[in-house]
Amino acid sequence: MNTPENISKSVPRSAGILRLATAGSVDDGKSTLIGRLLYDSKSIFEDQLAAVERTSAERGEEYADLALLTDGLRAEREQGITIDVAYRYFATPRRSFVIADTPGHIQYTRNMVTGASSADLAIILVDARKGVLEQSRRHAFLATLLRVPHLVVAVNKMDLVDYDEAVYERIRDEFTAFATRLDIGDLTFVPISALHGDNVVERSVNMPWYDGPSLLHHLEHVHIVSDRNLIDVRFPVQYVIRPHKSDDPGLHDYRGYAGQVAGGVLRPGDEVVHLGSGLTTTVTHIDGPDGPVPEAFPPMSVTLRLADDIDISRGDMIARPNNRPDTAQDLEAMVCWLTADRPLSPRMKLVVKHTTNTAKAVVGELRYRLDVNTLHRDEQADVLDLNEVGRISLRVTRPLFVDDYGRNRLTGAFILIDEATNGTVGAGMIIGPRSGPRSGR
Amino acid sequence: MRTTHLLSQLEVLEAESIQIIREIVAEFERPVLLFSGGKDSVVLLRLVEKAFRPAPIPCPIMHVDTGHNFPEVLAFRDRRVAELGVRLVVASVQESIDQGRVAEETGRRASRNRLQTTTLLDAIESHRFDAAFGGARRDEEKARAKERVVSFRDEFGQWDPKNQRPELWNLFNTRIHPAEHVRVFPLSNWTELDVWEYIRRDGLEIPSIYFAHPRTVFERDGMLLDDNPYAHRDDDEPAFEATVRYRTVGDASCTGAVMSSAATLAEVIEEIQLTRVSERGQTRADDRGEAAMEDRKKEGYF
Repeated sequence: MNTPENISKSVPRSAGILRLATAGSVDDGKSTLIGRLLYDSKSIFEDQLAAVERTSAERGEEYADLALLTDGLRAEREQGITIDVAYRYFATPRRSFVIADTPGHIQYTRNMVTGASSADLAIILVDARKGVLEQSRRHAFLATLLRVPHLVVAVNKMDLVDYDEAVYERIRDEFTAFATRLDIGDLTFVPISALHGDNVVERSVNMPWYDGPSLLHHLEHVHIVSDRNLIDVRFPVQYVIRPHKSDDPGLHDYRGYAGQVAGGVLRPGDEVVHLGSGLTTTVTHIDGPDGPVPEAFPPMSVTLRLADDIDISRGDMIARPNNRPDTAQDLEAMVCWLTADRPLSPRMKLVVKHTTNTAKAVVGELRYRLDVNTLHRDEQADVLDLNEVGRISLRVTRPLFVDDYGRNRLTGAFILIDEATNGTVGAGMIIGPRSGPRSGR
Repeated sequence: MRTTHLLSQLEVLEAESIQIIREIVAEFERPVLLFSGGKDSVVLLRLVEKAFRPAPIPCPIMHVDTGHNFPEVLAFRDRRVAELGVRLVVASVQESIDQGRVAEETGRRASRNRLQTTTLLDAIESHRFDAAFGGARRDEEKARAKERVVSFRDEFGQWDPKNQRPELWNLFNTRIHPAEHVRVFPLSNWTELDVWEYIRRDGLEIPSIYFAHPRTVFERDGMLLDDNPYAHRDDDEPAFEATVRYRTVGDASCTGAVMSSAATLAEVIEEIQLTRVSERGQTRADDRGEAAMEDRKKEGYF
């Protein structure tokens, strides 16, 4: 197996971190692809590889089965189950990667929604022999629902169709036709053989008709810095820092509002509004992890100091006076139901966690259940079961400061918690009155 | 001025970790920071410090003391605690043995590593801690690859890998019933190399045993163990002088050293970049075996 010299675990990785979600079933070669990426990027250590080679030999296989690199826990092997999501790490000289590796079969929707929620890019694997299946469409829809900004369709097992360009083009055209029904920002196709490494790290000599980059080259170069919302200032207050008991008398009046910037760019001198009071004030200082910084933007964790003494606490939001989130007690949202314990139904009482805010909520109406395979809306549905997606209305006990999920994945998202079990039972994406893609893109 | 609004990889990881740390301290009554003196807990302690300054660290730190320590690490621990003015809780495995809560293992490979779980859980219960920060990373081991950032533990301290709460976006479900607790891993998405690069960037002090030094060692199971009374060296295991360093810091009875001449941070980082053996595979006798970590984690290990 080839281990190109230009790939290593070394620094400096100037292009930052790319978070990937992979979608596909075991049969699509997803584990083999991940194993190939880990192996060819030298993220596999000798002792780990030796274990895989040992197991492969025990099973009478000729080559080390790279899929075993992502093999799970004993609890999974014993019970023939796969635990929802595992995280894998690899790096090239250009970029670091975090893969949310989710198994393909049972509870697929729940797992993919979880993996996709924080992903910059989703890889959808299609078996070249089978073409675009129902599950390919489902994966594409879920990636779109979660607003994963970049989608790659990897047409795998090209070796089993004699590296035939016509097969690849047929799949690409069929998928593209389906994709027009979805709001996909960036769609890329790559013909690969994960087993043999074609077009995974190196361009394949077996497919001279393909003139695009290898999969890894695309992952290394895809432009993600403008995926963030740098326009709408959103700062959910997470914690109030008041070192009034400090020995340093200079700190007695220090009052800082700590949080992670969820949108926009903040600078000292900016006029800001505090929600819920609606009072305006000015940012005087922004303290970063190592001291004052000239500006703050996503995903920085900072502490703001303000000119006026306003009563601000966790759960409040700081925004710009002329660009505020919606203050809403009645929400419309797409929800994915994550538990088999009991279905979501109208009048159900739940706890909602949104940014740094936690409040009680009651489900209003289930407007429709969405068939994630056909996109058909069933308006007669009265419950959402595990892995089902639908649109609901939700009444919250106090106002939340929200954006449409399409404009901001952090201020537009919430989780639902069952107060009896404390389980996380739902994932919600807010449909705001001002929906649609944010400006600037 | 950064007009493109780019952050370095370490800045992104740092921001994410600080968000997690603040979230936990905001939502739990009695958080505690587990501190081993190892490189990961040094970084974690630094992040907790940064998350709340200029206020002091808002929670105590706890060291689970096996009694089989490297003296350099204990000295380092006490110095850091004094510098930060933070409260230190020491949970002692020796006391657990003296109280009959656990029995000392016997034989050549006797270790107090596994006994730590009982000591840790007893301390969490007696201090009524509801959230315990740990420095574990997902790249260390396959059981840890499936671990959550905020990981639920039942009233027996057990981890149920099949029944974990889904974690979406940066929203963490922090609700628990009385007597339950969570383990929190702010370094989940850091790799071994990220940790070392952060130590270099911030000029963090780490225990001296991470750097090459002369030591009397002996070989067992392909690992170099320190020739101390806890390691129970046998007559057929000759001791010899070698220049070594430690890649992880754990119980002195079962943590292996590696042959190394890397005496500076730059040399250590270069060595890590070139190494072809995993961190735990190279240095931890306790991780030998397919599901060793998985089994210990289910019982409530770190």
